[in-house]
Amino acid sequence: MSHQSTYRPTGPFTEWLDKRLPVPRLMHDSLVDFPTPRNLNYWYTFGGILTFCLISQIVTGIILAMHYTPHVDYAFESVERIMRDVNFGWLLRYAHAVGASMFFFAVYVHIFRGLYYGSYKAPREVLWMLGVVILLLMMATAFMGYVLPWGQMSFWGATVITNFFTAIPLVGNAITEWLWGGFAVGNATLNRFFSLHYLLPFVIFGVVILHIWALHVPGNNNPTGIDVRGKQDTVPFHPYYTVKDGFALSLFCILFAWYVFFAPNALGHPDNYIPADPLVTPPHIVPEWYFLPFYAILRSIPDKLLGVIAMFGSIAILFVLPWLDRSPVRSLRYRPMTQIFFVGFVVACGVLMYCGGKPAEGVYVLWARLATAYYFAYFLLILPIVGLIETPRKLPDSIAKPVLPAPALAGGTPIGATAAPHTDG
Amino acid sequence: MLKATRTLAILLAAGLGLAAGAAQGAGEAKHPHAPPGGWSFEGMFGHYDKAAVQRGFQIYKEVCAACHGMEYVAIRTLGSPSGPGYSEDEVEAVAAEFRVPAGPDPQTGSLVDDIGLPRLRPALPSDRFTSPYPNDIAARAANGGALPPDLSVIAKAREGGASYIYSLMTGYQEPPPGVTLEAGMHYNPYMAGGQIAMPPQLVPDRVAYEDGTEASVEQMASDIATFLNWAAEPELEFRKKLGFMVISYLAVLSLLVFLAYRRLWRNVGH
Ligand code: HEC
Ligand code: HEM
Repeated sequence: MSHQSTYRPTGPFTEWLDKRLPVPRLMHDSLVDFPTPRNLNYWYTFGGILTFCLISQIVTGIILAMHYTPHVDYAFESVERIMRDVNFGWLLRYAHAVGASMFFFAVYVHIFRGLYYGSYKAPREVLWMLGVVILLLMMATAFMGYVLPWGQMSFWGATVITNFFTAIPLVGNAITEWLWGGFAVGNATLNRFFSLHYLLPFVIFGVVILHIWALHVPGNNNPTGIDVRGKQDTVPFHPYYTVKDGFALSLFCILFAWYVFFAPNALGHPDNYIPADPLVTPPHIVPEWYFLPFYAILRSIPDKLLGVIAMFGSIAILFVLPWLDRSPVRSLRYRPMTQIFFVGFVVACGVLMYCGGKPAEGVYVLWARLATAYYFAYFLLILPIVGLIETPRKLPDSIAKPVLPAPALAGGTPIGATAAPHTDG
Repeated sequence: MLKATRTLAILLAAGLGLAAGAAQGAGEAKHPHAPPGGWSFEGMFGHYDKAAVQRGFQIYKEVCAACHGMEYVAIRTLGSPSGPGYSEDEVEAVAAEFRVPAGPDPQTGSLVDDIGLPRLRPALPSDRFTSPYPNDIAARAANGGALPPDLSVIAKAREGGASYIYSLMTGYQEPPPGVTLEAGMHYNPYMAGGQIAMPPQLVPDRVAYEDGTEASVEQMASDIATFLNWAAEPELEFRKKLGFMVISYLAVLSLLVFLAYRRLWRNVGH
């Protein structure tokens, strides 16, 4: 950890343990006394919310797995049995299905937050890249989870998505058959997807621990994007942010509960209540809402291979983002030009999501193409160029200065000496 | 504070926007509608109208069960107090009216009876509403090639749910000029494609309601749709009651945590 440990063992046992396996010390230093910028706003509460989502998915998922049967002849029926015959089975299943949507909602907010406040920039590149790894793992997990109830969308979604791999030259078909474990999506596919769907969340859990580790080395970024310059800029994580995060989490749970109890199927597709039938293709095969923007990128490109490359590229590009953005200033608060382009970027993502749910015809294709072009231009042209030509607004001297009333400042450590004007973000 | 409110407003809008994003167009079919007065089971305090569910079950039993099974619905659940709410004796009597596959003959091991048809026995409350046909081939053969779908979750498997079933059952009409029907098909604008293999089922007084309600087509359609919604979502009443309690609890919790937050941060500039 990058800060001095303040852990004091509370008794003989913790003292004994501290010399052997200092877990309480680790917990204390990372969750209790961790110095956190005092100006974090509500956009910063989503990290805690995401941890809650992951744990909730794992707990509901493990109990579902006790009653679920991964076989093409029984999967649909076993889910119906969970809904009807398992005590509170409907609650588990709806919490798990809605939970996946909530998880993605939270992760997208979290990512846009990072984009806006420049959290991907030095010294947090590894933290950011670990986040992108988590996003990829979440997508794989949710995709395979959606196959498990073995409804029409499960089957046809799996067929469409696995078919992307046939676009790979030469070895495409071989890879696809290897993924299927046969010549089409079938029982072997369902079995391996269940196995991986059970495994990946625990891999995510591991990467989340690395993600938090990588957070605690440089410490949190904050809405001003400037570095912490001393104690006056921070408050201990507990109780200040445990309470703030707790409040945000409680509100988030209200939204979550509203969907679970009053609109549990609003985010799903009715066709998934029709048992999978390889002989009947649904008129519109649409993925879950959280995949729609990527689906729109895929379909906006007329060539299959290039479409698949663009779709994967739209996420891969996030890995190199820290080196694409040339501006020395982190937070878009102080970058008037980029701010406008950022709004355009959010709109482009919204347009992509909308078009992904519509048939690929007429005006939707045009919109999807424009939005795809903007999506890539934002990373490949706008961020590299604007960073060099834009004049940033004046940065505050320190995190504490714009927020602390004068007497409080005077009481703290003199900060004038350290608050030299800086432009290095 | 103002900023925080703005943040929350944006998040809430985005969260509710999910629903809009997820709603996909249902194709060319006519948009389904609820009967006048709407459904008793909609909204935060939704509950099933027990009499309507019972009348709906009567229609299922006397009309639809001739072609459609409900393989995921156990007959015993007719006793559910948040559904049809029949007494134990009534459930047993109802069960005995249905026939389910009997399995092999204990003596001969044969699966068929004297005339070569699958062996059947009277159902027990623990049985499900099995399909009246021994298999899909037989079902198609009896219905001009079309397969009558299982109705257990039909209310969740169609855009519009109960309103779709209501509209479909009342929506049969003469095909408009220019529309030619395929052989054995019937015009119904609510069905995707406008043509359905199921003949019109509901004509006035198709059933004589046990509770004396007048059996108009709209009445019967609304009752069967209510029943099928119960079949698909038997947990609905409990779910909504629990949801109300959970959200009330969370609202109070949020308020308390918010007050704690305000108090804690009172002297901390941020
Ligand atoms: C004579 C047999 C028969 C009877 C009786 C019957 N149906 Fe059907 N039903 C069918 C057939 C066949 C289909 C398939 C239609 C198609 O695919 O075109 C069907 C389809 C349906 C569908 C699905 C339509 C869709 O969107 O795909 C519903 C809902 C339905 N029936 C409800 C009922 C109800 C409610 C009753 C009782 C009032 C009933 N049926 C009675 C034969 C029947
Ligand atoms: C990253 C965390 C996870 C995500 C995003 C996720 C996502 C999903 C999704 C989208 C579904 C389909 C829901 C539906 O429509 O029915 C699903 C189903 C399922 N998941 Fe998960 N899941 C996660 C973790 C887990 C874990 C850890 C387990 C088991 C240990 C698990 C077990 C199951 C089972 C058994 C089903 C099938 C039952 C059903 O369809 O409801 N999940 N998951």
